[in-house]
Amino acid sequence: MKVSFPRMGTSYIAFKHLIEHLGHECVVPPAPSSKTLNLGVKYSPEFACIPFKVLTGTYIEALEMGADTLITSGGVGPCRAGLYGMLHQKILKNLGYDFEMLVFEPPLLYLVDFVTKLRKILKPAKISWRRFYKELKAAWQKLMVLDDVEILSHQIRPYELHKGSTTIAFNKCLALIDRADSPDEIARSKEECIEILNSVPQDKSRKPLRVGIIGEIYVVLEPFMNLEIEKTLGELGVSTHRSIYLTQWARNNTIINTEGGIRKAAYPYLKRMIGGHGINSLGETVLYAKNGFDGVVQIAPFTCIPEIVAKSILPRVSKDLNIPVLSLTIDEQTGKAGLQTRLEAFVDLLQQKRMMEENVYARFSGN
Amino acid sequence: MLGFLGIDVGSVSTNFVVIDAESNILVHLYLRTQGQPIRVLQEGMQLVKDSLPSTFTIAGVGTTGSGRILAGVMIGADVIKNEITAHAVATSFLVPEVQTILEIGGQDSKIIILRNGVVTDFAMNTVCAAGTGSFLDQQAARLNIPIENFGEIALRSKNPVRIAGRCTVFAESDMIHKQQMGHNVEDIIAGLCEALVRNYLNNIGKGKEILEPIAFQGGVAANLGIRAAFEKALNKKIIIPKYFNVMGAIGAAILAKEEVKNRKTTSFRGFAAAEQEYQASSFECTGCSNACEIINIQMNRSIIARWGSRCGKWEHV
Ligand code: SF4
Repeated sequence: MKVSFPRMGTSYIAFKHLIEHLGHECVVPPAPSSKTLNLGVKYSPEFACIPFKVLTGTYIEALEMGADTLITSGGVGPCRAGLYGMLHQKILKNLGYDFEMLVFEPPLLYLVDFVTKLRKILKPAKISWRRFYKELKAAWQKLMVLDDVEILSHQIRPYELHKGSTTIAFNKCLALIDRADSPDEIARSKEECIEILNSVPQDKSRKPLRVGIIGEIYVVLEPFMNLEIEKTLGELGVSTHRSIYLTQWARNNTIINTEGGIRKAAYPYLKRMIGGHGINSLGETVLYAKNGFDGVVQIAPFTCIPEIVAKSILPRVSKDLNIPVLSLTIDEQTGKAGLQTRLEAFVDLLQQKRMMEENVYARFSGN
Repeated sequence: MLGFLGIDVGSVSTNFVVIDAESNILVHLYLRTQGQPIRVLQEGMQLVKDSLPSTFTIAGVGTTGSGRILAGVMIGADVIKNEITAHAVATSFLVPEVQTILEIGGQDSKIIILRNGVVTDFAMNTVCAAGTGSFLDQQAARLNIPIENFGEIALRSKNPVRIAGRCTVFAESDMIHKQQMGHNVEDIIAGLCEALVRNYLNNIGKGKEILEPIAFQGGVAANLGIRAAFEKALNKKIIIPKYFNVMGAIGAAILAKEEVKNRKTTSFRGFAAAEQEYQASSFECTGCSNACEIINIQMNRSIIARWGSRCGKWEHV
């Protein structure tokens, strides 16, 4: 089988590892580009949201590269993304592609379901469950390393002396992690990556602003979609914290550790699930405010209902907790220049706010 | 004599301002970009040069607007700032204590909220790119009225008709409909102004606390009809700064002045820089599957700047 899947940020490296170790050929979906977007826009319903369109384009590219099996996730709750797998399948079949589509519920959240459906993939390659478990563990380990290294890169970037050097180092790290084959090698690659990133020349005297990033999962995770918001902010001297990582549920070292905590934080503003990441966006904003972040950026696909609901409540959260929130809407017409302008202005705003508060503090403390 | 140059390169207009050490405005220039930012920049620089005494020295340059990076590289800017900050800086200078800035230009509309001289919130028109300025131009042409008279005629209306203003596409078709129903031109134009203002306040101004003093600027501020519609909708006084259509450039000039105060040198390439031959070109990198579009800026056939790569491999020239 030649297997492909949706591309979200750096996770493709771990998925590739898993697919190859299960004895299949992996067709790594190309990073979304304007070509992907054009294809996707052409073959998707006009009013579908941008993640849908980019995925359409990605699948077409992967199928053109020879993939015969597409693995994707379904979804739960009222968000329409749960139906996307089915709709994609219909569109692609109508275009004349011959392939099989396996729609999993979010694989990393519903492990049992994932495994059951995986049988289809394991059987032809004669992989035992035991072996599968081993490989899955290694892939998971890789995913954790990818996330850890990325988190570190976002922490280092605002201190870099030469603009762009963190990104170059980070790309080196990705190649390194990609090459790591066994659990030992994966563990070692992490050490090396940390070293590579830490050796980026830095000016530690800077005091970067801290900004939390919230919103719909696909546009938050895939840099092409958010026009590389973390890199852009990092190069403006801002340290970013993203609310969503694929491996997040297994961690408790991030400030936002449990879904329950997020829901509790959102409760004063929104009492019920509205699908997608709507409730998370509110809860995370509350938590960022309580953890002393300077600001929050919400990224949402145009027409994404859960995020629109969150967006209309966010001004209240922002006012109550005195934390500026910038909402960005993404669709195929979104230009990088406009986004850059808003981000720069937002950073100026946060800097001024910080200066004002420091002055007030200085006045009160008699300095 | 010393002065500071501010340039605002937008998609519709490119503006130049020169201020002196006290921030008095010595030169202000409004040119149409017409999709050719490089040519307009060169033309503008020539005009600026000609309008200054030969003994005049430019001690600092700032650029802003969507073409700020391009302009910054070509002219040698000391500071390259986004247009939201530039506008806020200029307006706080010209309208002291300003708390709300309404800005409607050719393509972009925005609102900036300031408190105690500090920007605390802002918003720009989002996905819909229907530029109010361009839209008014079009409708004036359709009604066969010179755009300069548009506002005046609106003010003559006693009974503005209600026009659907969800977006300019709706507004246009509804306007044609009202025309066919036999409403007079004054009432239609006044209705159109009110529709655009309603639309602005509902989309961009939504959830914002609009406190006085309120400044209204950008190309559309010349339109008395829109101003009147704002005053009616908000029931508050609207101030139109004297240089309402070059505020971005003023802000850029002020920021340049502040920047060189600390640095004491300027990166300005001199007026001769504008006479060089410039070329912008782009190519698609095939280095990896990102397929980035790399932009090259060439001066006299040698590359002076390059941007657009995600991995950073092309940024160093
Ligand atoms: S510039 Fe870098 S990231 Fe972009 S396509 Fe070329 S190699 Fe890839």
